[in-house]
Amino acid sequence: MRFDYHTRYREGFALWRSPFDRNLYALLALILIVLPWVVTPFALGELSYLFILSIASLGLMTLTGFTGQVSLGHAAFVAIGAYGHAWFLSKGLPLPLSLLLTALMSAAAGLLVGIPAIRVSGLYLAMVTMAFAIIVEQVIGHWSSVTGGFTGLAVNDPSLWGASLAGPKTFYYFCLIMLCLVLLALLNIMRSGTGRALIGIRESEAASYALGISVKGMKASAFALSAGITGLAGALLAHHLKYLTPDGFTLLLSLELVLMVVIGGLGSLRGAILGAVLISLLPTAISRIKPFLPDSIAKQFGLETFIFGFVLAVFVLFEPMGLNGRWLKIRTFLESFPLYRRDTFKRNKRYMKSERYR
Amino acid sequence: MNAFWTTFAQLTLNGIAVGAIYALVALGLVLIYKATEVLNFAHGDLLVVSAFAAWGMITVWAFPFWLALMLTVVGVALFAYALDAFIIRRIAGQPQFAGVMLTIALAFMIRGAVSMLFGPESRNYPTPWSNQSMQIAGLSVANLQLVILGTAMLVTVILFLFFRYTLLGVAMQAASQNQLAAYLNGVRVKRVNSLVWALGGVTAAFAGVLLAPITMVDISLWFVTLKALAALVLGGFGSIPGAIVGGLLIGLIEQYAGVYMPDGTKDVVAYLVLIGVLIVRPHGLLGEAHGRRV
Amino acid sequence: MNTSLNTPSLLLNVTHLSLQFGGVQAIADLSLKTYSGEVLAIIGPNGAGKTSLLNAVTRVFDPSGGQIYFKDQDLTQLPRHQIAKLGIARTFQNIELFETATVLDNLLLGRNRFFQGHWWQQVLHTPALARLEEEARAEVETIIDFLDLTAWRNSPISGLPYGVRKVVELGRAICAKPELLFLDEPASGLNPEETRDLAFWIDDIRKELGITVVMVEHDMSLVSAVADRVICMAQGRILAEGSPAEVQSNPLVVAAYLGA
Repeated sequence: MRFDYHTRYREGFALWRSPFDRNLYALLALILIVLPWVVTPFALGELSYLFILSIASLGLMTLTGFTGQVSLGHAAFVAIGAYGHAWFLSKGLPLPLSLLLTALMSAAAGLLVGIPAIRVSGLYLAMVTMAFAIIVEQVIGHWSSVTGGFTGLAVNDPSLWGASLAGPKTFYYFCLIMLCLVLLALLNIMRSGTGRALIGIRESEAASYALGISVKGMKASAFALSAGITGLAGALLAHHLKYLTPDGFTLLLSLELVLMVVIGGLGSLRGAILGAVLISLLPTAISRIKPFLPDSIAKQFGLETFIFGFVLAVFVLFEPMGLNGRWLKIRTFLESFPLYRRDTFKRNKRYMKSERYR
Repeated sequence: MNAFWTTFAQLTLNGIAVGAIYALVALGLVLIYKATEVLNFAHGDLLVVSAFAAWGMITVWAFPFWLALMLTVVGVALFAYALDAFIIRRIAGQPQFAGVMLTIALAFMIRGAVSMLFGPESRNYPTPWSNQSMQIAGLSVANLQLVILGTAMLVTVILFLFFRYTLLGVAMQAASQNQLAAYLNGVRVKRVNSLVWALGGVTAAFAGVLLAPITMVDISLWFVTLKALAALVLGGFGSIPGAIVGGLLIGLIEQYAGVYMPDGTKDVVAYLVLIGVLIVRPHGLLGEAHGRRV
Repeated sequence: MNTSLNTPSLLLNVTHLSLQFGGVQAIADLSLKTYSGEVLAIIGPNGAGKTSLLNAVTRVFDPSGGQIYFKDQDLTQLPRHQIAKLGIARTFQNIELFETATVLDNLLLGRNRFFQGHWWQQVLHTPALARLEEEARAEVETIIDFLDLTAWRNSPISGLPYGVRKVVELGRAICAKPELLFLDEPASGLNPEETRDLAFWIDDIRKELGITVVMVEHDMSLVSAVADRVICMAQGRILAEGSPAEVQSNPLVVAAYLGA
């Protein structure tokens, strides 16, 4: 059994729950830092892609997981980030400035969507964001002068103070550092007043109003923050892809992000990263399985789509709290060892409250 | 001037024909939403399944068109019933988000399965009205479009009569408004909900089988769902007449936009309408505004 | 803490308030005053407009007529989320707690109207912010002691029994350190023992914390035990006003609500 022996209030809101946790995360950090010297450049590229997806997933989690607003169109912000960053770089701006401006521009777009989106909730919001993503996709395709239209846009290599960051190792560290920065910023936000207010909006708007939380303002800010983070991920993605075309930012990407967030476990930053890990590993895992399947099933990308759907269905039906939920259950089991109650995490089903009248 | 009116009238006729499809699909969506509070993102994939099933029956097994249509309708209805009975029912009581996610998952699975079984090529199959068109008051219209329009109207009228005058229809309305009260009055709510899903499947089957010869039999049929969503929002969520009105209007707006507005607008105008309606008048044209008692 | 306990001042002044929902007149020409340091109970049959009155004052709804003044501040023009800053807090009839958060988080959110740090302080988690958080936690701990919630401090709301949730809801409202506290049916669903505890707490809230309480209530034993003044409403209007004994013996009130 594990007990918290806190002697100061600040231990209650510290980043790690115990010295054991801190050491574990330190070990993980060490492994990640040492990895480039033991692993092939191809794997490094895959890991960089994983970090980029993690940042995008964190961005969506900020919105959907913490404020309860569903967005089925986050690929739009990834696209805005990618194309914006590529355009800024082509105009000769230095890398840090370009990243900052891209994030701000993406945040502004998020605000643009967020302000009208505040008036609607739940399903309607899902549809507005989906419509927005489709519109952005079409705009990118048709605005050839800036985005290169359907032929595409080449991206300059990243370089900081003259040194190129394009090599596999340097790009890996670049992405890793950005991920750590974003993660730390979000962790700090979530354990302070703003984070609590965001959760409050998700759970009960009436109570949030009564407590003095500016619900509309917070929702718009959440949209902006989420869009900004996702735009940053888009900027990094531009460097990873090296050549941008509109069909890299379709509705499918939006749904992939939603998958990450839902499978990872709504409402937790750890979940966002776990979800990103699972979803980015899935295609590689599928391509490993393909040789073992009969020929008729193994063809096309139909198999991948099917398995994505199947994994999501399994999680929604049997583990709604996602991978993070499974992690929490295992951890709680280990911590309260002989006294673990299986119903600690029992879901409360509500049959009488219709969500049509939210 | 005359040319303007001719074009306008032609566009209107086209718009109504296209809108009828959207209306039919939106009708299925709104039925399912009213009954089970789940927005069925997999509806478009039911269309895909219907189209491929019809193709298989007509070209591979050489069934006559009518037989294929009837079998597809019955088959997809059963499939939709099974989807609800075995899968969707399990998430009753969970927040709405879970339902959305589950239908998205089902959509992926159905799309993937169809992709795997049939491959990526577009196909087609003949109908009794393929390649025929008529002239009405100087405007040309494909016979198939007229059939689609007629089917949509027929289905709407039959559903209206069904909900109004049959016991089962009234039971469905009751179950969609207050499940507990319906239970207490002897309505077998779970079964009724699955039957509503079956009805949704019927509308999807009709839409799929009749639309596919126009737009080809492949997975991209599912895109119609998005237009149907715009139709739903425009007409008013949760309103059956609204779904129909919304579908027709979206069809018309698209046709007009194709000619009277800048290039490329036609593809996105439905989504612009969706966003616009949700901002300006969230409960659409015929829906009711809802609040919450605290 | 409270300077006005001896000389009651006018806190809430509602004049000729009316509230309409479509064709339904929820409140019709209602005027009432609330003085600092008192416990005012509002009773009446269901549909009398009691909760609507609460909602009108806390700006959930826009009144269709009349004035609401809180210490010379006109409330009818304020947006909904600025009511808390003035020092008005409320609880809800159907508990509106934050289900997935812990009791501690709910109570900390009660302190939302106080300064919680600039955004850049929060993102960087500066030492100044850590100190602010510690102070907030210390304040919340006094409320936890006050309401005997120490055993439930770190439990998520979703696992708590109903009676405890009611207390947490009360605690969250108090954490905002209001001058005026609205309680919407605080004793509904509580057993007699919990209701007795509640009576003591409401008395302590008034005496120790110096908070003026306006409560909508159906439980007449609680009203008799705690309230200084009682107002009986029916069909959107005031039926009777006075001390608990006076109102309970008023024939109009007996006919409309209490029964013989």
